Amino acid sequence: MRVMAQIAMVMNLDKCIGCHTCSVTCKQTWTNRSGTEYVWFNNVETRPGQGYPRTYEDQDVWQGGWQRKHGRLVPRSGGRARRLARLFANPRLPTLDAYYQPWTYDYGILTDAPLGDDVPTAPPRSLTDGRPTAVTGGPNWDDDLGGGPEHLAGDPVLKKMSDRVRLEYEQAFMFYLPRICEHCLNPSCVAVCPSGALYKRIEDGIVLVDQDRCRGWRMCVTGCPYKKVYFNHRTGKAEKCTLCYPRLEAGEPTVCSETCVGRLRYLGVVLYDADRVGEAAATPDERDLYEAQLSCFLDPSDPEVARAAEASGIPHDWVTAARNSPTYALISTYRVALPLHPEYRTMPMVWYVPPLSPVVESLTATGHDGEDPAKLFAAIDALRIPQEYLAHLFTAGDTAPVEAALCRLAAMRAHMRRANLGEEQDPAIAASAGMTTASLEAMYRLLAVAKYEERYVIPTSYAVTGPDAADFGCSLEGEGAPGMYDPEGFHAPPAAPPPAEHAGTSLRDRVNLLNWNGRGRPTGLFPRRRGES
Amino acid sequence: MNPLHTALWGVLPYVVTTLLVAGTAWRYRYDRFGFTSRSSQLHESTLLRIGSPLFHYGLLFVVAGHLTGLLIPETFTERIHIHEWLYHANALAVGGVAGLVTTAGLAVLIYRRLRVPAVRAASLRTDRVLHPLLVVTLLAGLAATATTTNDHPYDYRQGVSVWFRSLFTFSPDVPVMAHAPLVYQLHALLGMALFALWPFSRLVHAFTAPVGHLFRPYIVYRSRGARGNGVGRVRR
Repeated sequence: MRVMAQIAMVMNLDKCIGCHTCSVTCKQTWTNRSGTEYVWFNNVETRPGQGYPRTYEDQDVWQGGWQRKHGRLVPRSGGRARRLARLFANPRLPTLDAYYQPWTYDYGILTDAPLGDDVPTAPPRSLTDGRPTAVTGGPNWDDDLGGGPEHLAGDPVLKKMSDRVRLEYEQAFMFYLPRICEHCLNPSCVAVCPSGALYKRIEDGIVLVDQDRCRGWRMCVTGCPYKKVYFNHRTGKAEKCTLCYPRLEAGEPTVCSETCVGRLRYLGVVLYDADRVGEAAATPDERDLYEAQLSCFLDPSDPEVARAAEASGIPHDWVTAARNSPTYALISTYRVALPLHPEYRTMPMVWYVPPLSPVVESLTATGHDGEDPAKLFAAIDALRIPQEYLAHLFTAGDTAPVEAALCRLAAMRAHMRRANLGEEQDPAIAASAGMTTASLEAMYRLLAVAKYEERYVIPTSYAVTGPDAADFGCSLEGEGAPGMYDPEGFHAPPAAPPPAEHAGTSLRDRVNLLNWNGRGRPTGLFPRRRGES
Repeated sequence: MNPLHTALWGVLPYVVTTLLVAGTAWRYRYDRFGFTSRSSQLHESTLLRIGSPLFHYGLLFVVAGHLTGLLIPETFTERIHIHEWLYHANALAVGGVAGLVTTAGLAVLIYRRLRVPAVRAASLRTDRVLHPLLVVTLLAGLAATATTTNDHPYDYRQGVSVWFRSLFTFSPDVPVMAHAPLVYQLHALLGMALFALWPFSRLVHAFTAPVGHLFRPYIVYRSRGARGNGVGRVRR
């Protein structure tokens, strides 16, 4: 047993109102630089819908994730030699058209136009080449089922279901799916990186891109089945969600969690057995992958696990945090959270509490009491269509775990309504969902009233200390890198074609020999001597 | 032997080599973030998928051909009973085809770079020098290959190659090069220009060819403490 710690996220989809606050605050924090206009580390999709980039879940086309070959796991895009053979042009790279062509508006016309009879307008300009453009797509083009059946038909999850189901489904329900990088236990983006620039951090499991090692081969974009690694077209480097590690290291939640209006995100430590991950990810039947991943997680209250964790170098406060972890509770204890697309075999670590509200609503719409336990259970059973859709999202098509999770949520609603109205308690409600009254109430507390400190249980970082541990600097620094941004340059209409500068021309404290006039020794050509300021 | 020849074939190679080595070391030390292929596939994929593999695979053969021709002495191939005419027929066939393929690929890539607005806008300043330089170097090389179809072809393995190998012993054989046909001289000069531009352009990505990918485990783990060089990897 090799214990490793992972900061996992759980999102309660019942609470998501699709306001995109997480996306916007994330973008303001991380991707408001030129070259990352189309990059959304966090996005919110309307389901059913095509997602972002469009139809990213269709792995027959995009070749993300892993597949089993002769009992072994191989990236779906092929083995190592095959990948190197395709280094010169990645055949499965989505172009900007699969995302959207970034644009801005020529706002200057609004203020500079001469007095005239016509009201001046701000025409759209492309942010890639500065030319006039027509806006034909955006990051949430099919938001709230925008585009109608035409767009819906492109949903790869719906395509797995029958036509009959599809038609009925369109009237049944809609929900929002916020997505960030899954920070997988078995990340395929890491596996396919030719340079080895992507890595999983040992301490907290965050998957990061080393900007100095990335050479822009773009294989990670294909390798990630969730299409959550993006290519910065200005710097020529891959960038992805960092799980806001500078904040996590200080014990603070990610920006998307912090600013979530519905307070639907949970962050906490999950301990897992790293030795089991490879075997679990190679489980033959993809419907067993959910259970297989659950079996990798270790119970932090088990003294044996705690001992092994500390033997693996995990500090005591991390084990304590794992015991109080809201994510471990929702994933393993209550089993109401489910992984997104376990069939990709990457062992994702952002899990989702499936939405019960649509079921309640459709029940209410037919004139029934939406929270009557008997009717609600019956409805969950009867509403096969949403269930099947959710199963294709969360459990590789197996409806049993989805049904069980929804039943637990239904039991919680029914029980808590009785409690709130002062009605007689009925232990049978809890029992019918395989729970006890006490655990239902604990789950209710976590899902409904949990305060900031209960939703985000994040121990501060620990580091492998070394002689120069204090002098790390920030690995996100550097011109155009994720830690830097130019507040003036972003979303300003490029009048001329954007200055495609050589990456080496304007680095701070560095010297560009091409601009050197040959006189004297330019400062910064050589490293400073010790003692020199 | 006039001073121009001494400068071109006796001094310049060392200047260029110094520039190449020092420039690359400097760039790697101070601008590792700039080491990238600067791919524009995100903007345009269809033409790139034709042009780029043609160019790069062709180039791999061209490079291999140059290494064989320049480094392996004629005496060696004779000793293993490869006749001069066989060697040259092979060099002409393989080298000619590889050169044509590379040129065709480069033509597609340059067309794409000029005609696709997003790709054009994403071009670097060095690209304006680099692309024409690649074209003329390739054309000069192809022309030199074409001259070997003459009745009395120039045997570069007793000319240019001897000069090239003499550079490594620091006693450059200038006269040999001075007597080489103009097209060979031109090709060698353009090649040196290319090497001089190397560290300061997108060509640096060739130095980071990811051969290590074939030998590493799939999942890379790194510790928070190990940044940059100290890569902590755990095998699984």
